[in-house]
Amino acid sequence: MKQFLSFIRKEFYHISRDKRTILILLGMPIVQIIIFGFAITTEVKDVRVAVFDPSKDEVTQKIIDKLDANEYMNVVSVIDQPEDIESIFRKGKADIAIIFNQHFSENYLHTGDASVQLITDGTDPNTASILTGYVTNVLNAAQQEISGQYKTPLSITPEVKLLYNPGMKGAYNFVPGVMGLILMLICAMMTSISIVREKETGTMEILLVSPVKPIYIIVAKAVPYFALSCINITTILLLSVFVLGVPIAGSLTLLVGVSLLFIFVSLVLGLLISTIVKTQVAAMLASGMVLLLPVMFFSGMIYPTENMPFILQRISDIIPAKWYIAAVKKIMIEGLEVTFVLKEIGILTLMGFTLLVISLKKFNDRLE
Amino acid sequence: MNENNIVIETKDLTKRFGHFTAVDHITFNVCEGEIFGFLGANGAGKTTAMKMLCGLSKPTSGSGKVAGFDIGKQSEQVKKNIGYMSQKFSLYEDLKVWENIRLFAGIYGMKDKDIAVKTDELLSRLGFESERNTLVASLPLGWKQKLSFSVSIFHEPKIVFLDEPTGGVDPATRRQFWELIYQAADRGITVFVTTHYMDEAEYCNRVSIMVDGEIEALDSPANLKKQFGAHGMEDVFYKLARKAKRGE
Amino acid sequence: MIKYLIEKEFKQILRDSFLPRLIIGYPIVMMIVLPWVANLEIKNINLSVVDNNHSHYSQQLIQKAVSSGYFRLTGVSSSYNEAMRNIESGDADIIMEIPANFEQDLIKQGNTKLLISANTVNGTKGGLGSSYLSSIVMDFSADIKDKWVQPVKAGAITPSIKLVTQNRFNPHLDYKVFMVPALMVILLTVLCGFLPALNIVGEKEKGTIEQINVTPVSKFTFILAKLIPYWIIGFLVLTICFGLAALVYGILPTGHLITIYLLAILYVLTISGFGLVISNNSDTMQQAMFVMFFFMMVLILLSGLFTPINSMPHWAQNITIFNPLKYFIQVMRLVYMKGSSIMELGTQVFALSLFAIFFNSWAIISYRKKS
Repeated sequence: MKQFLSFIRKEFYHISRDKRTILILLGMPIVQIIIFGFAITTEVKDVRVAVFDPSKDEVTQKIIDKLDANEYMNVVSVIDQPEDIESIFRKGKADIAIIFNQHFSENYLHTGDASVQLITDGTDPNTASILTGYVTNVLNAAQQEISGQYKTPLSITPEVKLLYNPGMKGAYNFVPGVMGLILMLICAMMTSISIVREKETGTMEILLVSPVKPIYIIVAKAVPYFALSCINITTILLLSVFVLGVPIAGSLTLLVGVSLLFIFVSLVLGLLISTIVKTQVAAMLASGMVLLLPVMFFSGMIYPTENMPFILQRISDIIPAKWYIAAVKKIMIEGLEVTFVLKEIGILTLMGFTLLVISLKKFNDRLE
Repeated sequence: MNENNIVIETKDLTKRFGHFTAVDHITFNVCEGEIFGFLGANGAGKTTAMKMLCGLSKPTSGSGKVAGFDIGKQSEQVKKNIGYMSQKFSLYEDLKVWENIRLFAGIYGMKDKDIAVKTDELLSRLGFESERNTLVASLPLGWKQKLSFSVSIFHEPKIVFLDEPTGGVDPATRRQFWELIYQAADRGITVFVTTHYMDEAEYCNRVSIMVDGEIEALDSPANLKKQFGAHGMEDVFYKLARKAKRGE
Repeated sequence: MIKYLIEKEFKQILRDSFLPRLIIGYPIVMMIVLPWVANLEIKNINLSVVDNNHSHYSQQLIQKAVSSGYFRLTGVSSSYNEAMRNIESGDADIIMEIPANFEQDLIKQGNTKLLISANTVNGTKGGLGSSYLSSIVMDFSADIKDKWVQPVKAGAITPSIKLVTQNRFNPHLDYKVFMVPALMVILLTVLCGFLPALNIVGEKEKGTIEQINVTPVSKFTFILAKLIPYWIIGFLVLTICFGLAALVYGILPTGHLITIYLLAILYVLTISGFGLVISNNSDTMQQAMFVMFFFMMVLILLSGLFTPINSMPHWAQNITIFNPLKYFIQVMRLVYMKGSSIMELGTQVFALSLFAIFFNSWAIISYRKKS
C-alpha cells in the first residue's frame, strides 16, 4: 500500500513540475465556459437589412419602420435598383434584402393581395431560416396593425410556455457539452500520454520490475488526473451557476456521481489508447486530434444528434461523451431524478468496464 | 602537432547561471593538430565550457577564440570550421547511415559528387558497407559512436569537439574509436575531447583537469604524473578531485 | 544547403509509422463523415398532443401540424401531466394542449386559446419549434376564417401580405454547402498547426537539435526547411478536400480554385509559423501539444465555423479580428459560395499577409541557436 502511495506521489511531482501544462489544464475550462457562455450563440442579431422600395407609400414605410424598430434588425441601406443586391451580398454589406413592388399600397388595399420579396444570403442556412422567421413576424405584426380596423372574427391565440430555459439561453445547451468535452479530452489525453511517456523513456520497465502489480502502476498514473478533473468539474459548475446563470436544477450529488463515472470511463479510454500507440506523439495526436473533432461534432454538444443520418447516430452512440452530456442536461437543466438517467448510467458503466477489460488485456499482452 | 599555430585560446572564460558559476575564469590554449583531453568529474563544468567554445552557449564574461574567430561575437564563423559530436551521438535515428552522412556533409557545404565518393570511401574504411541502408536506430552502440565521429569530421574541419564520446561502450570498441581519433589528428585535425575515463587521458598530447569550474592542472600526462607523484592518471585525478565540492 | 534539410524532413515524415496515414486518412474520414453531422436544421420535432376536445376542428389542427413536416406526432396523451412525462423522458420536445371547449368556443365566441409547451434546453429548437407551431395555429385560424367569412360586400376584404423568400448563393439552404468549406479550413489548421508545433520540440527532446545548432545552418534556413514540407502537406490536404467535396457532395466552387490556393499559401504560412513559435517556446512535446490545443480550441470556436461572428458580443468580435481562421473561413465561403474574386478579398489578403509575416518572423527570431 505504501508503495502505491509513493507511486501516486511521484505522479503528482511529475505534473506539478510542468507549470505551463497545469495552467492550461486548469484554465482551459474557464476560458471555454466564458466563450461558450457569452460568445457562441446561434441566435441572430445585428441583422443588416437592405431595402428596395419603388413604391414609397404609407404601407411600405410602416413595414420598413417596423423592421428597423425590431431589436434584431437595422435598415442599413436603401437600394436604387435590384441589381445592386448581388454586389451588396458579395461584399458582405447586408444580410437580407427586402423588395417591394410598385404601387404596393394600392395592391394591398384593393385587391387584398400583395407580396414582399425577401432575399436572404443563404450562405448560412441557420441564419437564413431564422431571419425569414423574424421578417415573417414583423410582417404579421404590421398586418395586424394596418388591418386593425377590420374585425377579425376568428382567432386562436396560442399561449406559449418555454420549459426549463425560458430565456432560451444558448448556454444551457453548451455547458453540459463543454463539461463532457473537457473531461474526456483531458482524462483520455493526459493518461495516455503519461503512460506512453514512461514506455518511451524506458522507465516503465523499472516500474514493472518493482513488486507492485501493474494495475496499481496504472491506477497511480490516473489518480492525479482524476484529481485535476474533479477540480475542473467544480470550476465549471461554479462558473456555470454564478457567472452564466445556468442553475443546477437537479440533484448535485447525482450530477457529481455521473461525472465521476464519466471521468472513470475517460481515464480508461486513455489507458486503451496508450496500449495501442507506440510514441508520445501518436498518443497526443490520437487523443487530441482524433478525438477532438469527432467529440465536438458527434456528442450532441453543438449539433443535435437527432438530425444525423441513422448510421452516424449509431456512431455517436459509441462516443461516451454523448451519453454523459445527455445525462447532464437531464439532471442539471431539467432537474430530473435518477430514474430518468438510468439508461445513460447503465451505458456508461458498461462502456467503462468493457474498455477496462480490453485495455488490461492488451496491457498484459504487451508485457509478454 | 604545430605548436606555432594556436587554434583554441581562452582568457578568463566564465559562465554563470544565476548565482551558480559553472565555469570560473578558465584560461588555456590548444595547438593545431593536438589531441587535447579536457578532463574533470561530473558537474565540474566540462560540457558547459565546451558548449561555449562551440558557440552553443554565450559566455557570461571572459573571451575565447576558436579557429581564429571570437566565440562570443563570431560564433557562426566558428561553426563553419569545427565538427561536433555530442554525448548522445545525435544522429537522426530515423534516417539511414548514408542519409545522415549526406545531410551533415551537405550542411557544411560539400558538393553532392564529393559526398558520394567520400561516403563510399568512409563506409569501406569502417567496414560499414553492408549497413549503408540501415536506419541508425538499428545500429549497435559502438557503430553509432564510430559513425557519429566520422560524420563530425567528414567535412575535414580544423577542430573537432567530442563530448564524452565513449560513454557506455566496451574497452575494445573504445580502443578502436581512439584509433580513429589518431587518424584524424594525423591528418591535422585538432581533437578536443572531454571524458571522465582517466585511462583515455594517457592517449592525449596534453590534458587539463577541471575541478569546481576551474582548471586545476594542465600539462602532458607524463608531466602531470611526475608532478603529483602518481602512477597513473587516475591517481592524479583522485588527488585533485578530492578537494571538489561539486559533483555527484 | 537547404535542400539537404528539406530532404531530411520529408524522409522523416514519410518514414514515421503514424504520420503519413494521419495526413491522408484523417481529412478523408472527416470530410466524408462530418458534413452529415453539422446540421442545425430543426426538424423531426417530437410533438405530444393533449386533445381535450376530440372535435372535428381539433383533429384538423393536429393533422395540419403533422403534415407541416416539422413535427412528428409521438403521442396523444389524455392529460397534460402525462405529456410532461413524455418531455421528461425525452420522447417529446413540445406539447400542444387543446382545451375542452375548443370547437365550441370558436363557433360561439369566435376566439379561444390553446397551450404550447416547448422544451427549451436547446434554446433554438424550443424557440423555433414553438414559433412554427404558433404559425401553424394562426394559419389554421385563417383557414377557418376563409371558409366561413365570405366576402360579404366588396371592400370587406381581409388583406394579407404574402412573403416570398429567395435564398441567394445557397437556394436550398443546404447545410453541407455551408459546412464543407469551413471544415476544410479546420482540417488544414489542425494538421498544419499541430505537426510543426511538435516538430522542433521533438528534436529538442531527442537531442538532435544540438547537432544542428552547432553547424553553420542559419536560423532562417533551419526554420524555412521545417516549414516547407508542411506547406506542401497543406496543399496536398487541401487538394484532397477539394476533390472529396466535388466527388462526394457535388460541391464545386463558384469562384476560382486558384484564388483559394493563393490565399491558402498565406494561411498555411501563418498557421505553421504559429506552430513553430509554440514549438520554440516549449520544453517538452506535451507542453507544445497543450498550448497548441488550447489556442486551437479558442480559435476554432471564435472563427465563425460553428456560429456566426455577427451574433457574438462586441468584445468577442474584437478578439476575432486577430483570428487568422476567421479570415480564411471567410475566403473559403466567399469563393466557394459567392464566387468572389481575389480583388474582392482585399481585407482578407491584407490580414492574412500581416499574420504570416508576423508569426514567421517571430518563429525565426525566437529560435535560439545559442543559449
